[in-house]
Amino acid sequence: MEKTKVIVGLGSCGIAAGAFKTYQKLEALKTADKLDFELGKTSCIGMCFREPLVEIIDATGSYIYGNVDEKRALEIIEKHVVKQEPVKEYVVKTALFDTVDNKFFDDQVKIALRHCGMIDPESIEDYESQLGYASIRKIAKEKISYEDVIQCILDSGLRGRGGGGFSTGMKWRFARNNKSDEKFIICNADEGDPGAFMDRSLLEGDPHAVLEGMIIGAYAIGATDGVIYCRAEYPLAIKRLNIAIDQAREKAYLGKNILGIKDFNFDIHIKEGAGAFVCGEETALIASVEGERGMPRKRPPFPAESGLWRKPTNINNVETFANIPWIIYNGAAAYSKYGTEKSKGTKVFALAGKINHSGLVEVPMGITIRDIIFKLGGGIPNGKKFKAVQLGGPSGGCIPEFLADTIVDYDSVNATGAIMGSGGMVVMDETTCMVDIAKFFLNFTQEESCGKCTFCRIGTKRMLEILNRITEGKGEESDIAKLEELAVQIKDNSLCGLGQTAPNPVLTTLKYFRDEYEAHIFAKKCPAKACKALLTYEIIEDKCTGCTICAVKCPVKAITGEKKKVHFIHQEMCIKCGDCYARCKFDAISLQ
Amino acid sequence: MRIERIKKNQEYQDNDKVDLSLIDPLLAKYKGKKGNLIPILQGCQHTFGYIPTDAFIKISEVTGLKLSDMYGVATFYAQFRLKPVGKHIIKVCHGTACHVQNANLITEAIQESLEVLDGETTKDRLFTLESVACLGCCSLAPAMMIGDDTFAKLTGKEAVNIIKNIRIKESN
Repeated sequence: MEKTKVIVGLGSCGIAAGAFKTYQKLEALKTADKLDFELGKTSCIGMCFREPLVEIIDATGSYIYGNVDEKRALEIIEKHVVKQEPVKEYVVKTALFDTVDNKFFDDQVKIALRHCGMIDPESIEDYESQLGYASIRKIAKEKISYEDVIQCILDSGLRGRGGGGFSTGMKWRFARNNKSDEKFIICNADEGDPGAFMDRSLLEGDPHAVLEGMIIGAYAIGATDGVIYCRAEYPLAIKRLNIAIDQAREKAYLGKNILGIKDFNFDIHIKEGAGAFVCGEETALIASVEGERGMPRKRPPFPAESGLWRKPTNINNVETFANIPWIIYNGAAAYSKYGTEKSKGTKVFALAGKINHSGLVEVPMGITIRDIIFKLGGGIPNGKKFKAVQLGGPSGGCIPEFLADTIVDYDSVNATGAIMGSGGMVVMDETTCMVDIAKFFLNFTQEESCGKCTFCRIGTKRMLEILNRITEGKGEESDIAKLEELAVQIKDNSLCGLGQTAPNPVLTTLKYFRDEYEAHIFAKKCPAKACKALLTYEIIEDKCTGCTICAVKCPVKAITGEKKKVHFIHQEMCIKCGDCYARCKFDAISLQ
Repeated sequence: MRIERIKKNQEYQDNDKVDLSLIDPLLAKYKGKKGNLIPILQGCQHTFGYIPTDAFIKISEVTGLKLSDMYGVATFYAQFRLKPVGKHIIKVCHGTACHVQNANLITEAIQESLEVLDGETTKDRLFTLESVACLGCCSLAPAMMIGDDTFAKLTGKEAVNIIKNIRIKESN
């Protein structure tokens, strides 16, 4: 009989939730009690809401346990490993019986994330055992021409997963058609969108798939050198990529005449980003790799013609590369059977915000936003009402509840005013103020604007000033029109995607939540009760018992009243810290 | 925020003496290579925790890179610091998910407790407070990172307590 395997999910999010402590506990248990099980590690399976996760594989099958802290780890080992009695109430996923979270996986189709949480990301043998590097071997063995590889990717309908949505096959063909002694292939892992973490998860969970995708891409376009441009904020991803690259070099998947393919010489290096959102834009990324300020350049010429060091260069996103080996191995038709007419295959979404099941999901294109949020995401916590979902990060927009039946594909999402982007989905409930959200994103783009184009540099600043004014209760009647005018001008007069899309969060919230802007400006009220300056705290006379706690704790002594008598808040002194509201045990303070 | 950082920097007097020979191996490795500016600055910051003025001058002398280019790059990217930092860097996440879960309250509580503003260092050089874009722990929002440790699902009070505990440990 094979040994029982105990596998701990050690992705960044798991570690943040305490998975490393769980791992150490298991290790200690194993040595102390001389227990006979194999302890392994993997990465994120996407169920961030149940981290830390531990999988136990025994003779009967696989059981994934959720929320495994040190105490629970002990219990599970004692019962499941020693006595062979699975602790059913902690199991979150198994094929053997129904669990609360099985639904989380029902509608998912895992292609890009096929190995995440299934293999040890630091072991090339683990990857190889799951058809890893089988695609590049297939190309070598069956002598598939580069033209056929490009055709296969074209036929699959794969579009750039970084957000642009441009046909990957077309991109490769352009790069192939430009003749040069040196060509580059770059993997864009500068995942800067706040709210998106699928690239991090992929790099941490399945770095070899990204490498294999790049190797196939290099073969297709004739690249000699590869660069992975990865955010410095992802130390674990960089560490695992470095391990993976060394292993791939050792096994000769990188190097000279790879797998005996004549004249196919290719190697990959990592460049660490230095923290600039605009470097996700391909020409800015190239400037950054060259060691300059990451400012976008004019296109044309496109990178396929003149990119890194003025040589033909092809840039794809992490998720795009992770799909490539699967498509080559299974064929274009297997991939394009998923999805809609113009958006084929699957897409990874990162669910975060006011949602029960935050984490990563991979679904076929064409599923509705409502299904993602309510079926997979488990709905909104604390019985609150779903209000909107923010898609596409700072370049995207807010899709309101009444459009939740929109299907996810590039064109349907664009029609709402949002964009698919890299797939970050931040869910908002009734307590989220849409003006505040627009302000948050604009604050982000305004800070990240590289300063090259006047409209983006100054226009976003002016828009932000207006939004600050509105949320502080100083909004003017003309402000909405001013915002709209600035938005159109910034869109029209910016060179790169950052500026062209920066006004999107404002435009979509203005389109769908205009009444909230108007409430802020005219009634000086924040309907979601989120904008501090617009709130008033008052004491409800019927409920106040005169316990004095609020008056004692008020930091500015704005509350007066005698013991056992109704208290009073002096509005002109109140700094709206909310301390009295949080402290009152009798719900005697109202918030308007 | 970038513009603010330059402003603060001008007020700052760089009185710290650092051992510049520590970056000799780094310079030897990258000298003459194309695209070396960012890796050199990253290496330098890795050595000293920030990029001292003297280091800029030395890098320029050894590699021939222009001071103006280096300053341009160092002030463009959020990663580079031009003044010394505290022993512990507190990174409070302000990504979208953390924002909707009230990350501002965390920063405010820490600011109040440490009596520093965002980007500043405490007088005893123990803590530097930074707001960062997404740490990638969106599902565990709001989050902060101190050193290599990530703390998830915080409240302002919890964050301040974590910092207090570190201070107690340091004083022992």
